[in-house]
Amino acid sequence: MSIWRYANPTQFMATTGWMLPLFGVSAAAFVATGLIWGFFFTPDDFRQGSTVKIIYLHVPSALMAINAWLMMLVASLIWLVRRHHVSALAAKAAAPVGLVMTVIALLTGAIWGQPMWGTYWAWDPRLTSFLILFLFYLGYIALWQAIETQDTAADLTSILCLVGSVFALLSRYAVNFWNQGLHQGTSVPVATGGRTVSDVFFIPLAISMIGFGLLFVALVLLRTRTEIRARRLQALLAQSTAVE
Amino acid sequence: MMPDLGKYADAVLSSYAVSLLLLFGIIGLSLWRNKRVKQQLAEAEMQLSNKN
Repeated sequence: MSIWRYANPTQFMATTGWMLPLFGVSAAAFVATGLIWGFFFTPDDFRQGSTVKIIYLHVPSALMAINAWLMMLVASLIWLVRRHHVSALAAKAAAPVGLVMTVIALLTGAIWGQPMWGTYWAWDPRLTSFLILFLFYLGYIALWQAIETQDTAADLTSILCLVGSVFALLSRYAVNFWNQGLHQGTSVPVATGGRTVSDVFFIPLAISMIGFGLLFVALVLLRTRTEIRARRLQALLAQSTAVE
Repeated sequence: MMPDLGKYADAVLSSYAVSLLLLFGIIGLSLWRNKRVKQQLAEAEMQLSNKN
């Protein structure tokens, strides 16, 4: 059984029809558990006080902001190489979700930065690359809206996505390249496993991260289904106009 | 029930408020557009089948 059969819109709609409620319910359960646990049932940090509770929003949203762009990159490459419309529509569907995750990461970071660093904003490598990622999201969405021919829009946005991927990766690894920034390195390094966060904070954080991931998948599935329907609607309207 | 957030209450509460607003916003917008497009497609398909 090949993964490419999901490139068929009918097959995609049939499969995601039963997957969507599962992802939606799991996302709601994980996000609610992670945030309620983090907000109500975790202690203050000895240095950061109660601001540590912002971590349950800031880290999962920042993680998903970058991962959303990487998912769009994979979908864009599939479009450019194999010309599967579902992959182009999935990338288009993911962009507004990624944008919202980026805005949450930027805003919560700024709000957290003020009491900890004494400023809402600094031209730190990670913050700056994240701001550029935000601008790339805006540009990507605007490009889809600006071009009427869907295939041309998919081509151009795919190229933009490839370029923007540099900043998506930079925003994750900027602190490793430049050490003059204010932003600390990751506290939960997945690859090395050497995390510096205590379990009391880490468990609700992990639940929240899983929740944000599930929420992203649920929203992308829902929005891709909408885009497939919108494309079919466009084709039907064009067909009925041609008949008249 | 409400934890004592001390002098950082504004920062913590505003972070949660703005994030939840944005999350519910994108969820609501996605559901609304899905419903609208689904309805428009059903109408267009019905019109087409009536013509044929």
